[in-house]
Amino acid sequence: MSALRRPTLPLGERPPLLQMQAVDKVFGGTVVALKDMNLVVNQGDFISLLGPSGCGKSTALRIISDLLHPTRGKVIWEGDHGIGDLGVVFQEPTLMPWATVAQNVWLPYRLRGKTYNAVKDEVLEALRLVALENFLNAYPRELSGGMKMRVSIARAMVTNPRLILMDEPFAALDEITRHKLNNDLLRLKDKIGCTVIFVTHSVFESVFLSDRIVVMAARPGRVLQELRVDAPYPRGEEFRTSAEYAAHTRAASGALKEAMGELA
Amino acid sequence: MTIAENRPLPVVEALDEDEARRARARRIEGIAKWALPVVMMVLAIAGWAWIVAANDIPHYILPGPGRVWASLVEDWGMLLDAAYLTGWITLLALLLAVVGGAGLAILFNQSKMLELSFYPYAVILQVTPVVSIAPLIFIYVDSKIAGMLLCAWIVAFFPVLSSTTLGLNSVDHNLRDLFRIYGASRWQKLRYLQLPSALPYFLGGLKIAGGLSLIGAVVAELVAGTGGIGSGLAFRIQEAGYRLNIARMFAALSLVAAMGVFIFAALSIFSHLLLRKWHESALKREG
Repeated sequence: MSALRRPTLPLGERPPLLQMQAVDKVFGGTVVALKDMNLVVNQGDFISLLGPSGCGKSTALRIISDLLHPTRGKVIWEGDHGIGDLGVVFQEPTLMPWATVAQNVWLPYRLRGKTYNAVKDEVLEALRLVALENFLNAYPRELSGGMKMRVSIARAMVTNPRLILMDEPFAALDEITRHKLNNDLLRLKDKIGCTVIFVTHSVFESVFLSDRIVVMAARPGRVLQELRVDAPYPRGEEFRTSAEYAAHTRAASGALKEAMGELA
Repeated sequence: MTIAENRPLPVVEALDEDEARRARARRIEGIAKWALPVVMMVLAIAGWAWIVAANDIPHYILPGPGRVWASLVEDWGMLLDAAYLTGWITLLALLLAVVGGAGLAILFNQSKMLELSFYPYAVILQVTPVVSIAPLIFIYVDSKIAGMLLCAWIVAFFPVLSSTTLGLNSVDHNLRDLFRIYGASRWQKLRYLQLPSALPYFLGGLKIAGGLSLIGAVVAELVAGTGGIGSGLAFRIQEAGYRLNIARMFAALSLVAAMGVFIFAALSIFSHLLLRKWHESALKREG
């Protein structure tokens, strides 16, 4: 996977990767989970979907990953799209408890019929990226919450997918671990140049991580507005304490308040 | 990324008071775990011997432990043969229960239609007492051995079926989604996801099935009666009863009990070996 690093172009110059066109999702004929969602995802984007519970963030991810079919509208990928184009990280680490760390990371390849020896280098490389290369033979129960999440991220990245979907991956972790994993995630993204759609409840997380924040509102779930965070990467602690960060946070908080039906 | 959190805590030699108390409690419990049952057993046997001696109870009503022991030694050859037969029927029935129960569970899991068609009848077979089915079985099945196996199997397969079914359906839903996203085939999903998820449930059912297959084998022997090769432990108990050889009844009974304990212990160890690396039930926690 290391050979396939894709350069990230500046915002506005990135070629499109996938589009959601006028996507509606209605459950049981009455519950409108998503209404007229349009989103263009470009190569190299780090997009946060930010919004209150029930705004359709997770539904949007499930539609993109083809776990759900849209009621109306469609999702269009640029170029050939196949299995392995997508990596997913859930809110829980979602590891197989009976399998070792290495076997868990091997899974996406294993399901495509590749033996462990054939992809050993890729598995090792992915684990090296999350600094767990010394835990190949550990079982998930032997790892801390943050380490399990890193295994989950390594599994999502191992096939070098075009798009990584992350559904509130750090929500269940403590603040210190979350900060650390946010830093790590940006470093990883910089290293492999992937495209990320990241669902979160947290204004701070969305501003720190992403260059595009898509603010969504509930009932019906819809896109309210998009904010751009044009601060350059790599971002680190100095960004987290900068005036620029504070300004973006204020703007995103205002947008989120509006999304929740309060006046900004 | 650092791996500071992975460094082990420094080991301190000195135990504080809490730690010392906990260590002491652990040590005492470790001894009591086997010592107490042994003491209880000795007390019970002594009490039994005393009651028989003090009340002058004739041995054809209640033999003392000494007489039971003597019978065990004296009839050892015959009892061992009987235990051998009962043991074989039990093991074969258990094996068939595993193959049948787990196989049916997988079939039901793969085809909802099959499950809807046959599951109710598996339940009916289970809830009908085997004692009442057994006489019919021996009318239609010529071979005693086959009849006994069938009886034992009917009792034993259901726990394997129901717990494996539960296990196959208890897959983490996120993992299920992940397998779908990665385009796993039905077979891959079964092999890499559902079967490992179901393993702890299956092993739970297996432990119950072990005891039940012994019960099934004993019931089958009692129903099959004297004809043909009927010379298992249950048959020996019945036969000794007719001859008022109560000591031999006790001796044979103790062998049946020992067999049950052995099966349970063996299955527990088997289950522990399979799960010890990853499953909660097999993990030891500190503190």
